[in-house]
Amino acid sequence: MSPSADGGAGILTIRGAALALGGRTLWSGLDLVLRGGEFLAVLGANGTGKTSLLRAILGQQRLDAGGIELDGRAVRRGDRRIGYVPQQKLIQPGTPMRGRDLIGLGVNGHRFGPPITTRGERGRIDELVAAVGAERYADEPVGNLSGGEQQRLRVGQALAGDPRLLLCDEPLISLDLQHQRGVSGLLDARRRDHGTPVVFVTHDVNPVLGMVDRILYLAAGGYRIGTPDEVLRSEVLTGLYGTPVEVIRSGGRIIVAGLPQHTDHHPEHDG
Amino acid sequence: MNGADLWNRMFSFEDYGALLQLVQNSIIAGAVLGIVGGLIGVFILQRDMAFAVHGISELSFAGAAGALLLGVNVVAGSLVGSLAAALIIGLLGSRARDRNSIIGVLMPAGLGLGILFLALYPGRSGNQFGLLTGQIIAVDSPQLGLLIGISLLVLLVLLLVWRPLTFDSLDADVAAARGVPSRWLSLGFMVLLGLIVAVSVQIIGALLVMALLVTPAAAALRVSASPVLVPVLSMLFGFVSAVGGILLAIGGSLPISPYITTISFLIYLGCRVLGARRNRVRS
Repeated sequence: MSPSADGGAGILTIRGAALALGGRTLWSGLDLVLRGGEFLAVLGANGTGKTSLLRAILGQQRLDAGGIELDGRAVRRGDRRIGYVPQQKLIQPGTPMRGRDLIGLGVNGHRFGPPITTRGERGRIDELVAAVGAERYADEPVGNLSGGEQQRLRVGQALAGDPRLLLCDEPLISLDLQHQRGVSGLLDARRRDHGTPVVFVTHDVNPVLGMVDRILYLAAGGYRIGTPDEVLRSEVLTGLYGTPVEVIRSGGRIIVAGLPQHTDHHPEHDG
Repeated sequence: MNGADLWNRMFSFEDYGALLQLVQNSIIAGAVLGIVGGLIGVFILQRDMAFAVHGISELSFAGAAGALLLGVNVVAGSLVGSLAAALIIGLLGSRARDRNSIIGVLMPAGLGLGILFLALYPGRSGNQFGLLTGQIIAVDSPQLGLLIGISLLVLLVLLLVWRPLTFDSLDADVAAARGVPSRWLSLGFMVLLGLIVAVSVQIIGALLVMALLVTPAAAALRVSASPVLVPVLSMLFGFVSAVGGILLAIGGSLPISPYITTISFLIYLGCRVLGARRNRVRS
């Protein structure tokens, strides 16, 4: 693990968290302490509450029990110490915005008042453009950029507030392999250089397997936390799902086979 | 009617100076609406609200027609109708599909109500159709002052919420995570939209508001993707359409709105051609 920015205590602390939506318990008794520089992958089928967990950390989803703290204080809505990288939604051509403006929204997009970008803010945007390697297309209309290029800019946007914690919701979805590496590499660099822990929600752990410290695996009503070697094992997932599940390691990739049909797993993960 | 007669009905510049003085306030109101309409149009398109504009304008028409029937202030009636529509759409239609179905329901209801009120109204018919197709020359000075005031208010608020509104329009989830009050901002935007639609209904008529609230921004987006140039061009296009339309129309004996809508449409066509050529050169 990388330089500890938390002085030993956790940066993100989840205690006894429980959430039920529509009468169905997604998770309960969830305990987790995330330390500086840690990379946590959140895995699980659709509907197991991965995104709800992110929303709870963002203060947008009230818990039924327990609490979530960032640096020892309860999380609240709109906390700019958290950087958020959303699912890749392609920005349409014809959006009046250049690449650097997308990053600029992270710098001053939340601020009311006359829309004037100060010299200092422009300098900060330049730094962020360089930090995510977007110099080549920073002045192109953002709608003309590829999904991978847009996603790099979104990482830049999330880094704008010099975050204490990075939350990523399926940030690699529908990116090609090269851009998957590029974007996950940016997140990896941030947590190594600045000790910013990363919570990374994904249906497929393989693109980030090399950087994951721990996995939170959510399944109907239960969960497991541990290193990839501890969690991604046939007997562990079989116990979690209550039906025989096989974890196959092949050429540095992990394939989970035999998941219950109704969990609607992504084929990539289903094997 | 022969060609010369037609021309004279459409364009006539006799006594132009005197006419110009008479309609001076209308020109100012048109200019302000053109500019503010061009600016808010950029957000209307980013937030996919063109259909909402149409829905609001029909309810605004109903409100104005109701006010005409009751003999109260028509601008006030128009405002009541469009703000009610804007708030209903804003509160019930946060998702695009819900929104479109609500608008689809509201629109004929509003238009039908308006037509009923007009049918019951015993006054001159010129006033009646003015609400549907524009009547700026018939609006008196105190009311013009009100329209200009409302437009300037919308302009000011729009500038103050510019950045958070841009953020929210592009990516509401991330904006909310960054502390942008998404819900209030969306509702606030609907109120601004209601206000500017009420003004537009008075000036170019309920059926034609899109020519000043949507077309200029759509044209600007054809030729630029710059966050500065698009709003500036859109405001310019709105201004040219509104003021140009009024200036061309006042000499003839025809309504003003067709001049405004035609100029606005020609600008859009020109921008499409220009935009297509630009893309071909680039690729």
